[in-house]
Amino acid sequence: MILVLAYIAVFLSFASGILALIEHQRPALVTLSEAFFTKIPNLHESKRAWITKQLDAKHFPRGLRLAVFLLLGFSGVFAILAGLSVMLSSSVVTDQLALGLPWMKWQVRFDSLSGFFFLIIGIAVIAVSLFGPGYIRSFEAKQHPFEVLGLFTGLFVAGMLLVLLADDAFFFMIAWELMSVASYFLVAFEHEHAVNRRAAFLYLLMAEVGALSIILAFGVLASFSTDFTFNSLREAQLSSTWASIAFVLALIGFGMKAGLVPLHVWLPEAHPVAPSHISALMSGVMLKVALYGVIRFCYDLIGTVHWEWGVVLLVVGTISALGGIFYAMMQPHLKRLLAYSSVENIGIIFMVLGLSMIFMANDQPQLAALGLIAALLHAFNHALFKNLLFLGAGIIHHQTHELNIDQLGGLIKRMPNTSMIFLIGCMSISSLPLFNGFVSEWLAFQTALQVDVLDNGVLRSLIPVSAAALALTAALAAACFIKVFGLIFLGLPRSRNAEKAREVKDLGMLLGPGILAGLCFLFGVFPGLIINLLNGVAKQVVGQTLPNDTALGWLWLAPVSAARASYAPPLVLIGVMIAGIFSFWFLRRDAEIKAMRRAPTWDCGFGGLNARMQYTSSAFTMPLRRIFAGIWLIDEQINKDMRGAMDLDVAAIHYQLQVQDHTWPRIYQPIAHGVNNLARLVGRIQTGNIRTYLGYSFATLILMLWVIS
Amino acid sequence: MNWIIAIIQTLLFVALAPLLAGWLKWCKCRLQNRRAPSLFQPYKDLIKLSSKQPVVAEHASWIFTRSPYIIFSAMVLAASVVPFIAVDLPTSASADVIVLVGLFGFARFFLALAGLDIGTAFGGMGSSREMTVSSLAEPAMLMAVFTLSMAASTTNLSVAITHVLEQDLVLRPSFVFALLALILVAVAETGRIPIDNPTTHLELTMIHEAMILEYSGRHLALIELASQLKLMLYGVLIANIFFPWGIAESFTPEALGYGLLAILGKLALLAIILGISETVVAKMRLFRVQEYLSFAYLLGLLGMLSHIILEASR
Repeated sequence: MILVLAYIAVFLSFASGILALIEHQRPALVTLSEAFFTKIPNLHESKRAWITKQLDAKHFPRGLRLAVFLLLGFSGVFAILAGLSVMLSSSVVTDQLALGLPWMKWQVRFDSLSGFFFLIIGIAVIAVSLFGPGYIRSFEAKQHPFEVLGLFTGLFVAGMLLVLLADDAFFFMIAWELMSVASYFLVAFEHEHAVNRRAAFLYLLMAEVGALSIILAFGVLASFSTDFTFNSLREAQLSSTWASIAFVLALIGFGMKAGLVPLHVWLPEAHPVAPSHISALMSGVMLKVALYGVIRFCYDLIGTVHWEWGVVLLVVGTISALGGIFYAMMQPHLKRLLAYSSVENIGIIFMVLGLSMIFMANDQPQLAALGLIAALLHAFNHALFKNLLFLGAGIIHHQTHELNIDQLGGLIKRMPNTSMIFLIGCMSISSLPLFNGFVSEWLAFQTALQVDVLDNGVLRSLIPVSAAALALTAALAAACFIKVFGLIFLGLPRSRNAEKAREVKDLGMLLGPGILAGLCFLFGVFPGLIINLLNGVAKQVVGQTLPNDTALGWLWLAPVSAARASYAPPLVLIGVMIAGIFSFWFLRRDAEIKAMRRAPTWDCGFGGLNARMQYTSSAFTMPLRRIFAGIWLIDEQINKDMRGAMDLDVAAIHYQLQVQDHTWPRIYQPIAHGVNNLARLVGRIQTGNIRTYLGYSFATLILMLWVIS
Repeated sequence: MNWIIAIIQTLLFVALAPLLAGWLKWCKCRLQNRRAPSLFQPYKDLIKLSSKQPVVAEHASWIFTRSPYIIFSAMVLAASVVPFIAVDLPTSASADVIVLVGLFGFARFFLALAGLDIGTAFGGMGSSREMTVSSLAEPAMLMAVFTLSMAASTTNLSVAITHVLEQDLVLRPSFVFALLALILVAVAETGRIPIDNPTTHLELTMIHEAMILEYSGRHLALIELASQLKLMLYGVLIANIFFPWGIAESFTPEALGYGLLAILGKLALLAIILGISETVVAKMRLFRVQEYLSFAYLLGLLGMLSHIILEASR
């Protein structure tokens, strides 16, 4: 029954993709409907009129779009239902599909871990399908075929769901590739720009290299077992060396998809160029599927984790978190900034997962469960708020045709609803109390502070330092998102586009991110709802749950024990409300002073304040850029135009700032050069002369014969 | 009953915060050979401000006018969490020290947004500098706090203080380092000399004042009270965590009165020390702040390492 729900979710997403294909088949459909009418002559007139109306040239494209997104939305609903029911019943369902190779049928397994990721995908897909119909209207003018977008969106979602269902390596890789390749076509959707094609190619290249690495990782496991089903891979007895090799390969493969530093370079290229609701899905959900891969591979398939792996994850995660937020701060382009911020959040998730592994390997399953829950909760929260922010970026782009933060401003008055939703996203991602981002970060700190149980002195000092790095990350993230919200929505508009912006009219476009904003707040105040679900996942993955501190009641969050730490967000909310409402009432009780007087902003007596005098993105981050100068490749140029008789008067000053990622010139360019040089070497044996090639064949044949005999 | 004491304690905290600011000003004036204003001058200022009609910049949005309430509420909540005259109150369980840091972050978030909201260079400058300073101060603060919470095996402030009380008077190197780190962070976070000067309005050096330049009337009153609360919060944290003796452990009137006297004495002493340091130390250039704060972080790290190497039970 549970599996049927999951199958329906997959089927609906496929169906929405296929349905998009009929966009250009309207004439055929009209003929079909006429045939249908002649077949059934006694069809009611109103029904007939309705069908004809839906099929006329004006209504058909819009109706089709709605239908496609409706199917996608229902796929999300069923994914949530399936995920919730498998987690609540904490059951494991298996099945065998009649697909695949004759001797290797596709194995399906649906358990709490998959169910949790089904839930994430379901919520994200619903938000996206509410947002989509309004958003894609902006593509009509530019002749971008909707069938491409619809088809690959459907396939992409189906691919992600199938990855979660797969229970053998073969099926897993097929679903994985479906997800990767479908998303490649989505990134390349606006392919008329060379930048987009380059970004899409880079993405495809890295996705395929990653997939190869995953295949090799499965290969290592499979060489110790009988076949490719996960069941026999679980049975495989690996020496710790081979297990570590498999772990490293899997980490490279999944890390490339998740965007761990230094494998993150495709993210800031691909996310900005994809349509916003696709970047929302890619950043909010697809990265989480990679996380699922790591958890499934390490905890479930390999089985015994080593503490060294935890240290690797901890270090890589810390570097990703810090690197991601440092690079995010410097971006003036909103979607690039959000992409780098995804790197940061993925880093935090892997960091906490590393802690969980360290505790797991040190026989502390309860703390391992705490770490795993913190990591999964952060993945869930990140899916919510990053989805929200990308959809918000989509609204801003839709209304202003601008994504450069330095060209926006003052939108809070022009787009009040969008600004409220976006503010909640910014507050959640900055991990402020009462919002969901804070809860997972709080749990992460609690996990890190339990190092007392470890024997290893190095670990005991390494983990608090990485916790302090997490604190730095959180503080920088707050600075970064104050910059984002402050420059986009507050102050004066910095360009005509921003000045003329209006609130978005399409209700769905607000409703999609609006639901996510509501969930951000809901799970920020009542985190217990989701943590109870995660307990079941932890029970299944590490065999242990959090202690149920029922003495404190449902209001409280006390992951280890009440004396160790507790947090009651509802009480905090009530306290803040009381203080706020009381001070609000008290200070405005007198009608005379209640009225505020509006006056011109103070301009130091010079007059003529304008929007160009406000702080810009690069000005806001300048102190941090100066303090942490070595982290970026900074190219700062100041050119002066001189005039006057002696060329001594400054007429204009041009300021240019380029901030670049270190990894590209340091790691990827040398690799690219190496590959080119190697290709040139190999190219030498290709003379283009048929006689040489015949010679090669002959020599090979002789060699083979010699080897065989 | 416990809840009533907790509420009274919070109200007392809020009521006494301006007094601490007045006392600090008094000390500084005397140290600098100036005539001191009355100890109650901050109260008079707050009352004056709150009865004036606020003037709001014309481009400001609701963020600007609502932020003072949000900032003030966050600070009041923080005040209710910190054990002031008694430990083991129910409010202190609702949020631990990490939530406390989060509440400071909450207030700062809206303060920085309010700075950006009016659309002037001053506001942006203040926000940018404030976020720079705080993002460097937060890791240092948490490092100091982590040292403490690892020693006491808890992040709950009340439990941690009880743990310190139960121990004999021993000089723990980790606590000394953590204390120094927390003092440095407190000076930076409350905007005192040498990081920021609360009495200046010179554009080259302002941080906190630049953000609130456009505030007036009741809005300014709330912001002023919130920053006085923040100063007192750091004072109480330092006083009660590292020198908790005297704090009420039971809820009898004598114990509570004794606890109140003890904390007032400790705060008065801390204010004198702060006054002396503000008198003898000069304000630092903005781009030397990172050296100051990385020193604080280093002290926190040393505290952590000395706890792990010297003091841990195994």
